[in-house]
Amino acid sequence: MPIKDYIRKRFFPHIWCSGCGHGIVLQGLLTAVEELGIHKNDLCMVSGIGCSSRIVGYVDCHTLHTLHGRALAFATGVKFSKPSLNVIVPMGDGDAAAIGGNHFIHACRRNIDMTAIIMNNRIYGMTGGQFSPLSGEGIYATTAPYTNIDYEFDIVELAKGSGATFVARTTAFHINELKDILKKSIQHKGFSVVEVLTQCPTYFGRKNKQKDTTTMLEYLKTSTTTIGSKAKQENPELIERGIFVQTEKGEYCDKYDKIIEKATASVKG
Amino acid sequence: MDGKVRFIQGNEACVEGAIYAGCNFFAGYPITPSTEIAEHLSYRLPQSGGKFIQMEDEIASMSAIVGASLTGCKSLTATSGPGFSLKQESLGYAIMAEIPCVIVNVQRGGPSTGNPTHVSQGDIMQAKWGTHGDHSIVAITASNIQDVFEMTIEAFNIAETFRTPVVLLLDEVVGHMREKLVIPEQGRIPTVNRLRTSVKAGVDYHPYFARKDGRLPMSDFGGEHRYNVTGLFHDMWGFPTGSPSSIHNLMRHLVDKIDTHPNKICKYKKFYLEDAETILISYGSSARTALEVVNYSRKRDRKVGLLELQTIWPFPEHVIADLCKNAKNIVVVEMNMGQVLQLVKSALDDPDKVYLCNRYDGTLINFEDVLNVLRVIQGRGL
Repeated sequence: MPIKDYIRKRFFPHIWCSGCGHGIVLQGLLTAVEELGIHKNDLCMVSGIGCSSRIVGYVDCHTLHTLHGRALAFATGVKFSKPSLNVIVPMGDGDAAAIGGNHFIHACRRNIDMTAIIMNNRIYGMTGGQFSPLSGEGIYATTAPYTNIDYEFDIVELAKGSGATFVARTTAFHINELKDILKKSIQHKGFSVVEVLTQCPTYFGRKNKQKDTTTMLEYLKTSTTTIGSKAKQENPELIERGIFVQTEKGEYCDKYDKIIEKATASVKG
Repeated sequence: MDGKVRFIQGNEACVEGAIYAGCNFFAGYPITPSTEIAEHLSYRLPQSGGKFIQMEDEIASMSAIVGASLTGCKSLTATSGPGFSLKQESLGYAIMAEIPCVIVNVQRGGPSTGNPTHVSQGDIMQAKWGTHGDHSIVAITASNIQDVFEMTIEAFNIAETFRTPVVLLLDEVVGHMREKLVIPEQGRIPTVNRLRTSVKAGVDYHPYFARKDGRLPMSDFGGEHRYNVTGLFHDMWGFPTGSPSSIHNLMRHLVDKIDTHPNKICKYKKFYLEDAETILISYGSSARTALEVVNYSRKRDRKVGLLELQTIWPFPEHVIADLCKNAKNIVVVEMNMGQVLQLVKSALDDPDKVYLCNRYDGTLINFEDVLNVLRVIQGRGL
């Protein structure tokens, strides 16, 4: 099936600015879903609030556009009540790591079988360019006119420390790697976190001397490297891409099925 | 009535009512004085294949039950004041997206952490106006264990009938006291199942296109119809819209679907109202005290009656106006600073005949409290 068949054409044009990276993530995600042969009726996408969260409306599957930061909590209700659904949760950096931070770490800990995609453009786009917990020190934003003094989270380390059983990072520049990682994350049984570094030329770029989309994509290319590469050894500043964690551990819905077995046996007994 | 007889706590009666109604999903967070509801459901739900999850916070619990309702579950959460404050965000979402679900608020003293282990009825206004924006909502109460059981079933029935969140406003006394409960055979009390669309697979389904009667048949997530759900103002597809006419029509629909059906929703109990010169209006545990005063007064040939409100929202103003038109005095008996009092006053042509008998110190309003107010307004002094 061509990936355009996964799109709700009725709802186009989309709301994203020219040069935004979110469309690239959508393309990568739909290609991954198509290659995995997931039927649209078996796919549910749940998002919060922000530019990135609008991604779900454009996909022809069961879509739930919820509240700022709460996507994983709503998604947990969907997945736990209907484990047969493939649940994918695209979020922005502010959405996932600031207002949704608590839900994020607990979803990692619970190891419920969903895929969280954090589309990290290091800025709040929809509200007009404020810094997020993933922006990092030294960047400029509409709420950091003199420069940002907030340290950033490393979302990969946060996910690892919270118990996610699949943790990966890629970028909107590395489109094949993006698709491959998303495929593996969806196939993984357990809670998967994929950070996708992406570009916001409208706000992050303009405020931070990355004057256009090409410059920003070039930056995603040159500032990152594959995990454990020689380049990383030579330049520790480089951000690593690839799969950091891929482990098997009891999945939440499966474990609850055993609780149901115990409880029903106790009634019969 | 035939059935299983139990001697249990109000919170457990709520659990039994939920199970009877077909509840098969609960998400919650521990909070006094509602925790027993979560505890009992963690035990009871998996016995029949239902799901229980303890979430990381109150917001997550409310969000999770909305997600579960969309897959077709009858879903429930339970909390008390501070948790109810946190749930307002997702409660507003459930109103906007028209997701059936039930929220139990076992009221305790507030504001803030307030008085966790003691009784209050201070969340009357919060139940309606706690979440931002114009909207309507259903909130119901119960004053004894049998009613807790039956009103819990009623909460699910209203939620499914009107595609709306329903707040069951219990209070600490009703939640924790123990009384006899008779659980009737399944089917003796009607339970409402969700209205699902008859649109066939492959045919366009409009999740937010109301039928002539205002109802919107649903389709479970994971089924044949794929659609969008959002907390933004939306069109018939469930897709965000900024069109003034769409916004106008959706707001009108959200309010009208509840406020134009007070007769289908509103429940109340009448005690000696026919000839009552003084009418007590009360609800929840306060109504127990009020009823005791009415029984005492009638033995002394004083014409006192009680109107027990089982529905708080939509507020039954026409019922009150009608039943109280011949009364000389009306006394609202409640455990707050006069939240229902104001509603009763605005329902009547003569608000000056309405008095307040209240208590807000964490103890149950008592017999003498009410009797003293009656003595004063009847000109008999303390």
